[in-house]
Amino acid sequence: MEPRTLFQKVWDNHVVVQEPDRPAVLYIDLHLIHEVTSPQAFTGLRERGITVRRPDKTVATMDHSTPTDPKALKVIDDQARVQLAMLESNCEEFGITCYSLGDSRNGIVHVIGPERGFTQPGKTIVCGDSHTSTHGAFGALAFGIGTSEVEHVLATQCLLQRKPKTLEVRVDGRLMPGVTAKDIILALCAKIGTGGATGYVIEYTGSAIESLDMDGRMTVCNMSIEAGARAGMIAPDEATFAYLKGREFAPKGADWDAAVERWKQLRTDDGATYDKTVTIDANTLGPMITYGTNPGMGMQISESTPKVDAFDDGSQKAAYEKAMRYMDLEPGAPLAGQKVDVVFIGSCTNSRISDLRMAAGVFSGRRVADGVRTLVVPGSHDIKKQAEAEGLDRIFKEAGAEWREPGCSMCIAMNGDNLEPGQYAVSTSNRNFEGRQGKGGRTFLASPLTAAAAAITGEVTDPRSLLLS
Amino acid sequence: MAKFTTLTSHAVPLPADNVDTDQIIPARFLKVTDKHGLGDSLFCDWRYLKDGSPNPDFVLNEAASQGAQILIAGDNFGSGSSREHAPWALVGWGLRAIISTGFADIFKSNSLKNGLLPVEVSPEVYKQLMQAVQLDRTTKITIDLPTQSVTGLGSLEATFPIDAFSKHCLLEGIDQLGYLLSFDEQITGYEQQRP
Repeated sequence: MEPRTLFQKVWDNHVVVQEPDRPAVLYIDLHLIHEVTSPQAFTGLRERGITVRRPDKTVATMDHSTPTDPKALKVIDDQARVQLAMLESNCEEFGITCYSLGDSRNGIVHVIGPERGFTQPGKTIVCGDSHTSTHGAFGALAFGIGTSEVEHVLATQCLLQRKPKTLEVRVDGRLMPGVTAKDIILALCAKIGTGGATGYVIEYTGSAIESLDMDGRMTVCNMSIEAGARAGMIAPDEATFAYLKGREFAPKGADWDAAVERWKQLRTDDGATYDKTVTIDANTLGPMITYGTNPGMGMQISESTPKVDAFDDGSQKAAYEKAMRYMDLEPGAPLAGQKVDVVFIGSCTNSRISDLRMAAGVFSGRRVADGVRTLVVPGSHDIKKQAEAEGLDRIFKEAGAEWREPGCSMCIAMNGDNLEPGQYAVSTSNRNFEGRQGKGGRTFLASPLTAAAAAITGEVTDPRSLLLS
Repeated sequence: MAKFTTLTSHAVPLPADNVDTDQIIPARFLKVTDKHGLGDSLFCDWRYLKDGSPNPDFVLNEAASQGAQILIAGDNFGSGSSREHAPWALVGWGLRAIISTGFADIFKSNSLKNGLLPVEVSPEVYKQLMQAVQLDRTTKITIDLPTQSVTGLGSLEATFPIDAFSKHCLLEGIDQLGYLLSFDEQITGYEQQRP
């Protein structure tokens, strides 16, 4: 047999029909749904008089428009309330498991999928959310879809898909202390740009990727979409199996052993080729930060933002100038020392226990700078409980940060958590688009270490200065 | 889905790269539970001033843009989130085609399911069209799906790529779920083989 990539193996296993000149009919093993991108899909089903083909392969959670303020868990408005109620009634009508607001298993969709053991190597996983790429960290083929496609999967458990190309992102070397998975993926976005991987599925390889824990691998795969790739994948290994073993929906007993044997085959064969390869030297990476209005506009914190004349291309120069005007920043100047108003630690990118431990390491024994609002938002109730069992919540609260309830929170700013116009935030989320964290808000994307360091000093700070002292 | 065959229209020029779906329709408008009525919120944060009045400097508010069915925008249009609310809002405003040098994957897939044609052209063709439209806002452009061509400005004639299946669905106004449902037997066979 021809040597195959990890992607090709998972793809081949799921093609139900491939007619000439037609997209493949691809079977979907797990369909995750949430309140924002599903209501119109259920309406479509009802209009056609059809039902959900495999409610047993469908799981719902509420996360985007749910409140996170522990003092008054109040849904932002009637529209959001209707949307949340509609998810519940749709799930009830079609027999789908739904982790509603207040359920102990509730959390951000891309956090609870792996946490409950739904996410497994070799599965095809979709969700009406572009950060579905997160689940690729387990060697699954996972990607975001639109609402029409949510309806397709509900109705048929399949999708029409054209086969994407493959991009290997090889990260060899060792990360220096203070440099994290988030810095790898921000460095990739800076290197290839937000459209650099459009049309590709990324497979992350190399020693620096293999050394990451599962939380770090999820951070990397999560932001594949920010480089334009619909999916990012990492071959499963012992770390993957150790993470999944014993999880609620992971296989048990003899099924577990058989599954692990199967999963071990999910590696790119020697001699298999990718359509393209990009390499990153982990040894040279430093803590990253974005300065502009897309995730590709990033640099190491030790650097200065580009000078305007660094861009030859007219439209890139215009885009850069527009971004710097929105951010109200001087081109060609360092970002370190820039005053910040808000620090957000959370989102499907960086709200897992390892992320919270990293941040707590910086907060421990220190105080948040005067005038800085700091939100720490765990990705799920399980993570919240775990963090509280470890005393991390006390560290955050004693430092003067807000310890909140799980949800997407200030990453999406449609739930009551948002920046005010003109505010600067260092955020561990995934998008720094204009207004993403609130109309007129300005976002610097960074790792949990860098975000925590900014909370302590009140300005953009290289976290290594706090780790060493 | 509305059929798409040939479209001749004046166009809205938006010469910005990486227009993301958060600009096309900000997240706070995603609390809706139907597809309709999003046209009023299209490009909301660029289109309206703080007091809610139309921003006279934004191209969509210009008299010359009214009635346009084509948008010409910079590279990597529709990047970011998977929200289908983005094509719903574009279509809701009255657009039927977007001309750009490149589109984000999910946005393109969502657009094709809503009768909104992504027309990918070379940087040279983009530049010619953008300059002509900016110079004379009444410039008409014709997009012909059967021949996959863009014509206008007298002599300009360019082609654009589209996969055969999406083209067929747009020409006939077929929605893809009907096609997918026709494979019920094969899907059942697959499920029995790999439970």
